[in-house]
Amino acid sequence: MGQQVLNGIFLGSIYALFAVGYTLVFGVLDILNLAHQAVFMLAAFVALALVADAHLSLWVALPLAVVAGGLIGIVLERLAFRPLRGRADSNISGLISSLAMATVFEAIALQIFGPDISRFPQDTFPDRVIQIGGATASLLQICIVAISVVLMAVLTLLLARTRLGRQIRAVAESPRAARILGVNVDRAIAMAFFLSSALGGAAGVLFGLAFNSISPDVGRGVELKGLAVIILGGMGSIPGAVIAGFALGVIEVFTVAQLGSSFRDVVSFAVLFLVLIARPRGLLGRAAAREA
Amino acid sequence: MDLFLAYQSLLAFVGINGLLALSVYATLSCGQLSLANAGFMAIGAYTGALITLHAKGVPFVAVLAASALAPAIVAVPLGLPVLRLRGVFLAIATVRLAFVNWDYTNGAMGLVAIPQRTKLWTIALSLALTLFVLGRLRGSRTGYALEAIREDETAARTMGIYTTGHKMAMLVLGAAIAGLAGGLEAHFTFMVAPGTYRFERVVEWLVQAVVGGTAAFYGPVVGAAFLTVLPEVLREAGARLGLAPGPFRLFLNGAILLAVILYLPNGLVSLPARFRRRAAGLA
Repeated sequence: MGQQVLNGIFLGSIYALFAVGYTLVFGVLDILNLAHQAVFMLAAFVALALVADAHLSLWVALPLAVVAGGLIGIVLERLAFRPLRGRADSNISGLISSLAMATVFEAIALQIFGPDISRFPQDTFPDRVIQIGGATASLLQICIVAISVVLMAVLTLLLARTRLGRQIRAVAESPRAARILGVNVDRAIAMAFFLSSALGGAAGVLFGLAFNSISPDVGRGVELKGLAVIILGGMGSIPGAVIAGFALGVIEVFTVAQLGSSFRDVVSFAVLFLVLIARPRGLLGRAAAREA
Repeated sequence: MDLFLAYQSLLAFVGINGLLALSVYATLSCGQLSLANAGFMAIGAYTGALITLHAKGVPFVAVLAASALAPAIVAVPLGLPVLRLRGVFLAIATVRLAFVNWDYTNGAMGLVAIPQRTKLWTIALSLALTLFVLGRLRGSRTGYALEAIREDETAARTMGIYTTGHKMAMLVLGAAIAGLAGGLEAHFTFMVAPGTYRFERVVEWLVQAVVGGTAAFYGPVVGAAFLTVLPEVLREAGARLGLAPGPFRLFLNGAILLAVILYLPNGLVSLPARFRRRAAGLA
């Protein structure tokens, strides 16, 4: 029982970290960024290359990969989202252009790293097991949860307390009003992409470490989970994504343990559907969709 | 004739993808993005395949009708809660069906050895029928109502348009088209398996619809044809030019998609008008 909860929190922390970035971009632009999973994958490969080929310590490689993820996010915004700004159908065309970029990113990863599953070297992380109550957790799992929670807290503080955070929130509320008030809208959106992709990248590295398998299509499985998380939490709501991420992780682990792995997604999506019937906006979503 | 035989299955997939792009277009035409169509396609495919395998002697037309009808029926209760949401129509994206856990459908293995009853002309006829229905909607009273909902739902409602009903009707129509395509595909590829109907496929159809152009009802079919044939053309060209298969093709596919969406906002069907305008400008 305690063990399942622990495993669920561990899985959920990665879902939450992935979804927080996903929902941040949605909150700002109302666009579903389908390349988020590709950034997730690329950052995992960057960390892998830094550890395996450049022989850096994981503690150096992780921040570098996170920054790399953020920079990829800025490139992504520049190529796939900025040219569409102001177009009436930008939420659907943005979804498609981000998908195109996801394809391009996947092609790049395929070219550089090949189609096979890559793994971190054996000694990347000390293999130690820790007892918590009646349950056991590896040191890696605990570090993953801790890193995720810290990163999500940093993002929340950044959005709530800093000038940049205020600017991003202003743009999310109304780009036009933000511009009138002197906010550099393009810069705020680029920064939102940087933050979103950096967190997505961190999730990718942690996912790669946790399951020790990285391939160019590793992000695809997480994408749908991430979508479920941000819908469940309320589109654009960061605390919602955190809660929903952990909830989905725990539900998934319990389902697999109690009912078997073929029910893994069934229960998650049944919960999602039931929540949506009761609360169409998601757990912490806004009352009404912003329009015009 | 040899050429025709060689490309027969490519043509069949152009037709099936065309139907699926149209199924996404149906809900898109009233401003709703439904990502549930992979599920609807699965229902259609399984329904059709199960009838063919278990009830011998049922004519293929009836099988296909059941393939279209079953998801349409399922769409009604699914749509009820979700249609209360406005704007991006994502929620049922994530509803995946529990076929995997059902003995009757042979679980994750899927159903195999389905007789091939789909012929190229069956697909062509289904596509023509669907295009006819969607084409007739344009310019009709319902068609205008759908356009009004797409442009501004609140305004449409104040004008007395029953927005929920129209949205539901298009969701059901989209589900029926997706189910029909599922039934056709199942009887063409000999098999159905739960893994076939993934979320990514809906995104593919959406891409086909938008790349073709949603301003015209035949746009999605053009897009589906373009994007189904493109990888094949790239493969041929790649082989001729001695390019390695795999990453480069994938890269080009993505780059072309990006170029179309950035530089042709109204899709491929807007190209002729564009050329005409340019020619007129030069003259």
